[in-house]
Amino acid sequence: MMAEKIVKTTAVKKVATRESYGNALKELAEEFPQLVVLDADLAAATKTGIFRKAYPERHIDCGIAECNMMGVAAGLSLVGKIPFVSSFAMFAAGRAFEQVRNSIGYPHLNVKIGATHAGITVGEDGATHQCNEDIALMRTIPGMVVMCPADDVEARAAVRAALEHEGPVYIRFGRAAVPVINDGPDYKFEIGKGSVVRAGSDVTIAATGICVDSALGAAQRLEQEGISAEVVNICTIKPLDEDIIVKSAQKTGRVVTVEEHSVIGGLGSAVCDCLCAKYPVPVKKLGMQDVFGESGSAAALVEKYGLDARGVYQSVKEFLGS
Amino acid sequence: MDRGGNEDSAGRGKGFMLVYFRKTESEGRRLAYGRMEEVMNNLELQKQANEVRKGIITAVHSAKAGHPGGSLSAADVFTFLYFEVMNIDPKNPAMEDRDRFVLSKGHTAPGLYSALAHRGFFPVEDLISLRKLGSYLQGHPCVHIPGVDMSSGSLGQGVSAAVGMALGAKMDGKAFRVYTLLGDGEIEEGQVWEAAMFAGFRKLDNLCVIVDNNNLQIDGPIDQVCSPYPIDKKFEAFNFHVINADAHDFDALRSAFKEAGETKGMPTCIVVRSLKGKGVSFMENIVDWHGKAPNDEEYAAAMADLEKISAELEKAGEA
Repeated sequence: MMAEKIVKTTAVKKVATRESYGNALKELAEEFPQLVVLDADLAAATKTGIFRKAYPERHIDCGIAECNMMGVAAGLSLVGKIPFVSSFAMFAAGRAFEQVRNSIGYPHLNVKIGATHAGITVGEDGATHQCNEDIALMRTIPGMVVMCPADDVEARAAVRAALEHEGPVYIRFGRAAVPVINDGPDYKFEIGKGSVVRAGSDVTIAATGICVDSALGAAQRLEQEGISAEVVNICTIKPLDEDIIVKSAQKTGRVVTVEEHSVIGGLGSAVCDCLCAKYPVPVKKLGMQDVFGESGSAAALVEKYGLDARGVYQSVKEFLGS
Repeated sequence: MDRGGNEDSAGRGKGFMLVYFRKTESEGRRLAYGRMEEVMNNLELQKQANEVRKGIITAVHSAKAGHPGGSLSAADVFTFLYFEVMNIDPKNPAMEDRDRFVLSKGHTAPGLYSALAHRGFFPVEDLISLRKLGSYLQGHPCVHIPGVDMSSGSLGQGVSAAVGMALGAKMDGKAFRVYTLLGDGEIEEGQVWEAAMFAGFRKLDNLCVIVDNNNLQIDGPIDQVCSPYPIDKKFEAFNFHVINADAHDFDALRSAFKEAGETKGMPTCIVVRSLKGKGVSFMENIVDWHGKAPNDEEYAAAMADLEKISAELEKAGEA
């Protein structure tokens, strides 16, 4: 059967969401004069260097000391600044977890964390730098908004939304360039709202971040075999758009979640938490299956761990056949 | 041992006027440190600090839990900061340009709360609600409490927030100063030195770090657990101006905070040598009183000690 709406998956334009992050910070600097950007010796990699070049006096390099950086951000927010704190996800959410929890989350401060190089698409650096746990860690902190944009358009929108939101926000950005999929004229972004990027009736594929593109690719393949997959883009993992998940599950009766993250505690767990309580259906969680990553190119890793379009397609097929 | 007690300095400096406040004001800059309409003399400060100590004992006894030892060792510093040094308004705790204080050694919340209550931020009677379900006086400082500028208690973190506040003030050209109190055991946390490196590098001369050197942490004397000594040399190495002072001598504190306020181009660290449990004879320099509440009998004995000090101070005032 035909999908009601097809978002192109063969978009030519590819942008890494970390690049979108750096550009958005620069673009929003004048509109948000309280915005300051903190980094921990990774400005070139996190792309906050784009902001630094334009607004050097508002960019604070804290050196290789992420725990202190989180506290400095907390202090800055208490005197009226809106700090965007940047590092790799491993160090922002992992190393400095307790600082984020106690110095930012508990006092519910207006600090935004822009964590780049999340997931296995960090690639060659290997397991030490591939953070597959950040969504799980951050969503356990009361009051923390957790977002994982799918592409350039969504990443920029998420940065703006974070600045407009009062309270702590964690946004996860990727290292590798990914196709732009949200460039439709009617695109609008809101914290806590998911979107059906492809309508379908046989199975729901709920995906986040770069995996939305994989899900769309999988849906195209499935369609060729007469399977209608509905693809739901969940950018905000917390607060989760429960309505869109439940509505889709009611229509399809089966849900597959896809994320570049551990299947423990991430999008898959959030979706299961929701469906367990509101509309129990079988769920298959795709992601890192309780394993560490390894060195390799981003593309090779995504393929190996079954998170590319083909991998998702195969997993959905198996799931439906079961 | 008693390093600089109430007795030997009772009444000293009576009527002492802090003229340097006005001097710096006339220069159109920030006051040397803090500002208060009424400047207290040493005897008044000692009396106030003793009341703060009574509040600590009362609160911790009521809570049946908490940290009296380090609260008592820092009681004179709390008193001096809130009654002399800091530019604050108990009627307007969120005053934009107020001086900030972060209690990095957050477990000594009873000391901070008692000082805040006595300074008028909330009723002294509320101190008995410490740590009780439904009370706003949480076991560790919480930013929602009137007068508390930052939640703290996980050691090593408060100092970073203080550094951030000082940096923010510098970026905006604001004149307020930021104070933070650390424990001497607390500085074993690596984050303290991340923060110190940053503050020294950024030349945050509006920041004053105070280390309460009572020499005891939960597991024993700090030089037997994991010695952070020499504390002063360490902060010097991180580009701080360092002052050593007696934590229980208000002349020494006055001189130290004045020097801190006048120090330009680098943050100041005041290492105050203190006596853990100061003021309650059976708690003094006893590690066991780090985090233990007095029972009813001990409470009565502790309050008797403090009442005795009150009586002595009254007598000194009459002399």
